[in-house]
Amino acid sequence: MQTPPKDQPGKKPGIIRVEGMHKWYGDFHVLKDLNLTVDQGERIVICGPSGSGKSTFIRCINRLEEHQQGKIIVDGIELTDDVRHIDTVRREVGMVFQHFNLFPHLTVLENCCLSPIWVRKTPRKEAEASAMEYLERVKIPDQANKFPGQLSGGQQQRVAIARALCMKPKIMLFDEPTSALDPEMIKEVLDVMIELAGSGMTMLCVTHEMGFAKTVADRVIFMDGGEIVEQAPPHEFFTNPQEARTQKFLQQILAH
Amino acid sequence: MTESTMKAPKKALRPVKWMRENLFSGWFNTVLTLGVAYLLVTSVGPLLNWFFLDANFVGSDPSACTGVGACWLFISQRLNFFIYGFYPDELQWRVDVMFLLLAVSFVPQFIERFPGRKWLGLFGIFGLPIVGYFLIPGGSFGLEEVQSSKWGGLMLTLILAYIGIIASLPIGILLALGRRSEMPIIRGICVVFIEVWRAVPLITVLFMASVMLPLFLPEGVNFEKLARALIGITLWQSAYMAEVIRGGLQAIPRGQYEAADALGLGYWRKMGLVILPQALKMVIPGIVNTFISLFKDTTLVLIIGLFDILGTVQSTVTDPAWQNVAIEGYVFVAFCFWVFCFGISRYSQNLERKLDTGHKT
Repeated sequence: MQTPPKDQPGKKPGIIRVEGMHKWYGDFHVLKDLNLTVDQGERIVICGPSGSGKSTFIRCINRLEEHQQGKIIVDGIELTDDVRHIDTVRREVGMVFQHFNLFPHLTVLENCCLSPIWVRKTPRKEAEASAMEYLERVKIPDQANKFPGQLSGGQQQRVAIARALCMKPKIMLFDEPTSALDPEMIKEVLDVMIELAGSGMTMLCVTHEMGFAKTVADRVIFMDGGEIVEQAPPHEFFTNPQEARTQKFLQQILAH
Repeated sequence: MTESTMKAPKKALRPVKWMRENLFSGWFNTVLTLGVAYLLVTSVGPLLNWFFLDANFVGSDPSACTGVGACWLFISQRLNFFIYGFYPDELQWRVDVMFLLLAVSFVPQFIERFPGRKWLGLFGIFGLPIVGYFLIPGGSFGLEEVQSSKWGGLMLTLILAYIGIIASLPIGILLALGRRSEMPIIRGICVVFIEVWRAVPLITVLFMASVMLPLFLPEGVNFEKLARALIGITLWQSAYMAEVIRGGLQAIPRGQYEAADALGLGYWRKMGLVILPQALKMVIPGIVNTFISLFKDTTLVLIIGLFDILGTVQSTVTDPAWQNVAIEGYVFVAFCFWVFCFGISRYSQNLERKLDTGHKT
């Protein structure tokens, strides 16, 4: 696997900027003073024990969750209550969910074309041609006219990736994309994600796949108890973790 | 590989074997079977006699009915009244045109490969009420005016049910969306509307529409009684519809809302393209149930002096010229309602099967 160059010229620094961000669910303080800057083309893997707030964190970046304090600036736009800003950001940020969340009443192709046609106002023919290209890229063009219910989990997740890519987003968020898959299907999804990482896409990925982190990540972020405990390039992160909590977590997941 | 070509064992049962297994599989079942058979034999015979064999079909006045079987003469003689009410004879072609358009729009919906049936259906939903609005009351395009007080019978029943059905669905959808809105004022208005209308019996709504509403309206503003009843029925029905649809909206997994949000669809496209198509499909049985009960509830307009099909029959069976024809009259009414309600029910089953995309999540 060829790792793309880290410092490409002309890349926007700080395409995502999170500054002093806090979030509460009622009285429960889920996210505590998060600070993170992601440059364009960077690939970030976020890991941590369950309940550490890592999913909540990336769901804040396209405002599926609201933060109460601090700033999140995506591609120069600050996320506030302003619905227009939120929709602008969401158009540029693709998201892949743990449970795929394909629209079951639409075919694979219709799933992919829905947003380009209705939000980007792309002509139908053009949108379909572009969707077929992306389906080609995730290696399931032959399933284009099936309904999601007729596909396997791995295939559905690849469609979900293609659907997000059809909006030609600048950033892709992955929320545990392989956690709901049977073991034999994890690889086909990871392969697609690795290919995508190689193309220079800015990616934030919450995952437990440490192999994936080692292969493609520029930075691994470890979260625990709603805080960013440690962040480091994968080699350092796995061989020489600084914090006790990180060491404990790595021992637990790498033990078997 | 013989396994791969093995077929599931066929379960072909011959009649005798089937009977032995299903009807006479023990002394208890045998007694039940014989008992039911006895009841059938003793009741079907007399019923057949009354309905057909002893019944009177021909003739032109009450004296032609001999009195043993049903007097279907009564129905055929007064059919015009049962269908059109007091609508003037020479103008009844206008109603006939509407009946024809109704049939043309909806009968093809049962035939899978009928060309252009989608357009006919759309015409039925959007075009038909407009045509009817001009054609039935008249008063424009050189058509003679017919007061709504003269409308009646099956025609009135269909008008009430049809308008009630096609108006209450969109209003119900908006109310259901409003009730789940994040905006407190909109949500509050919708909750109050739904809870008030749903908690009131239709009879009360109709009484209020016919008696109380005029008291509140300014001097000179005067809706016709029928229009008032229609508004009452529609609003009452849309409150029910809203709750049925809300059930569907709540059954859609949160992930669907989130996926639509993440694609930047925005509220109306999210609802219109992603959530409602799934939610409505899910609650087709509930929606149709509501339609059918509305169709039958229209008979209540009798109490505010509108003569729907039941009203026309009711008023005729007390006609001294015809003796003992109440049963025939009510059987006829029941049959008419059954035909329409069964049609609605069959169509909804068709629709459910057609919209099934093989996902059960």
